Amino acid sequence: MTQAIYNGVLNLAAGAFLLGAVLIVWRRELASIVALLAWQGLALAAIPLTEGIYHHDAALIIVGVVVLVLRAGILPLLLARAVGTEANERRESTPLVNTTTSLLVTAGLTMLAYAVTRPIIALDPSPATRAVPAAFAVILIAIFVMVSRRRAVSQAVGFMMLDNGIAATAFLITAGVPLIVELGASLDVMFAVLVLGLLTGHMRRTFGGTDLDQLRQLRG
Amino acid sequence: MSFLLLVPILAPLGAAALALVLGWRPLTSSVTVLAALCVLVSAAILGFTSGSGTRFGIGNLFRADALSVAMLVVIGTVGTLATWASIGYIDAELAHGHTDRKGANLYAVLVPVFLAAMASAVLANNIGVMWVAIEATTVATAFLVGHRRTRDALEATWKYVVICSVGIALAFLGTVLVYFASLHAGAASGDALNIDVLLAHASRLDPAVTRLGAGLLLLGYGAKAGLVPFHTWLADAHSQAPAPVSALMSGVLLSVAFYALLRVKSVVDLAVGTGFLRTGLLIVGLLTLLIAASLLVVQTDFKRMLAYSSMENMGLVAVAAAAGTRLAIAALLLHVLAHGIAKTLVFLGSGQLQAAHDSTRISDVTGVLARSPMIGITFLVGLAILLGLPPLAMFASELSISRALAGAGLGWVLGAALLFVVISFAALVRNGARMLLGPPDARSPAITVPRSVSAALVTGVILSVVLGLTAGPLLDLFQSAATQLGGTR
Repeated sequence: MTQAIYNGVLNLAAGAFLLGAVLIVWRRELASIVALLAWQGLALAAIPLTEGIYHHDAALIIVGVVVLVLRAGILPLLLARAVGTEANERRESTPLVNTTTSLLVTAGLTMLAYAVTRPIIALDPSPATRAVPAAFAVILIAIFVMVSRRRAVSQAVGFMMLDNGIAATAFLITAGVPLIVELGASLDVMFAVLVLGLLTGHMRRTFGGTDLDQLRQLRG
Repeated sequence: MSFLLLVPILAPLGAAALALVLGWRPLTSSVTVLAALCVLVSAAILGFTSGSGTRFGIGNLFRADALSVAMLVVIGTVGTLATWASIGYIDAELAHGHTDRKGANLYAVLVPVFLAAMASAVLANNIGVMWVAIEATTVATAFLVGHRRTRDALEATWKYVVICSVGIALAFLGTVLVYFASLHAGAASGDALNIDVLLAHASRLDPAVTRLGAGLLLLGYGAKAGLVPFHTWLADAHSQAPAPVSALMSGVLLSVAFYALLRVKSVVDLAVGTGFLRTGLLIVGLLTLLIAASLLVVQTDFKRMLAYSSMENMGLVAVAAAAGTRLAIAALLLHVLAHGIAKTLVFLGSGQLQAAHDSTRISDVTGVLARSPMIGITFLVGLAILLGLPPLAMFASELSISRALAGAGLGWVLGAALLFVVISFAALVRNGARMLLGPPDARSPAITVPRSVSAALVTGVILSVVLGLTAGPLLDLFQSAATQLGGTR
């Protein structure tokens, strides 16, 4: 793989990764949000795979395959199962922030990401590190999705997107954290998503829906 | 001897495996108590044999120094009391139909897993592994909080998992940035996250990236420690969890999360100076104290009252860590241990009160001292510790924290913190008096106390009195931990 192709693929992956986040903000159908999340997982897995092939690093390629299976396969499937089958359960409820404003906020957050990541790029101005603002933008957008959406599944998607963004940051700036930490972290995320999926099921049985506005009993 | 390092992790894991096979029964619950006791005993052996040195295990993946041992003592003490009380508590829950066989089996497995995760967190030498262990506590406790499966329990679980997962994810991002800085400071990629390596390379860490990472770590671990701004889950989760789990979460888990901050702080202080995290901890600590004190005043639910009191104490601990002197850190560790025992006493008592009245409203409970001397007196002792009354241990720790703050030139912080502590004091006295004193109402239900709960409560009272009179060898332990963390003054 030449330097030019490596740069191109890396930038394409980072761009697709950010685009996935923007599309998730735009869409309201829960099923298509989960599908977009799987595509975003694919773009994420492309980062360690590209770096592994370019640097001839077998361990990184293995990590890339694990990321692909977990984040483009297993986790979206778990979430897809948590999306209900009733018609009123398949769409995001009337959003707290309308779509146009949401997309503007997303643009603002992306610019903020460029400002925040300046010290990181200053320390190591390599092609991979230069793509880090995209990963930080996804982290900020994910937090925005979590605070502005009202369905349990949307919040779980936001959480996974947050985690994708952090994983992308790790791959871009350090070619991934040590293997034991990577494995532990993936396992924890999988369990957390599993717990959220199970809770969504409990919630539907107990409340008859997954609108988080019903979680208002405990205050003060 | 590196085996000794793994006992506090393997013993509870063994108990969990046994419970997975056999389910909830007298044998498995007793083995869990023994496993918690193992944590305490191995902490004592580690403390006496390694003195102020550091001991490593499995290729530097784990470490034990005075600070780890001090935290293991807290985990072991509260763990033993809480698992002991669990025996009677869960049997009573089963008898009253608040939970079923399946729930009890899940409880039997998750509680020892929770203990093992906390022990791993304080024994990890790699801050990435420490992160994995602390995140594992969230996963292990999620279904413990939702144990009763009511509407409120479900709401509390959802908030707990979502808020803590987001917080802890930010801590992971901070860890990644520290790793990045450590690699660029010349550390080898395999051990760049090890605490000893980070300390050795601290002066060469890039200040700007380290500051960004440290800020994220403060927010992230602060979320698990119940500090502002991600504190909103705490009162819900602590009030909905079964009483022994509330004791563990309030008395130990919060301080284990804070322990992670102490570890990070020792590295960050060397890299960017003490000013950065001191400012951060002061802002977060004082705001936490303010919010906890104001919510304590208006509280009408006794389990939530205890939860906000935990928040108040974590705010105080954050302020003490900000002072950062040797005296402050040693006092902080004593405070954490005393708080752990006190919260065990009051949460176990509140569990029995909730079972008797089927309510957690303060106004529903009156004359407890006359109706059940066991619960009344132990609750009173726990409350007296929390109020910082002499001769109990929190009097000494709060006095030392005040002296440390004054000594570190943080007089204004001391003034503000004292104001919030006095407000909380008044609220706790008013609500405590309403519940404990007064003539028993003839219509009040009988308060039953299972044998194992009484045993745990009496042991807890004895421990708190002993700890109040003399901290004995613990004092040396706390002081060498404080010296190790770089508090020289």
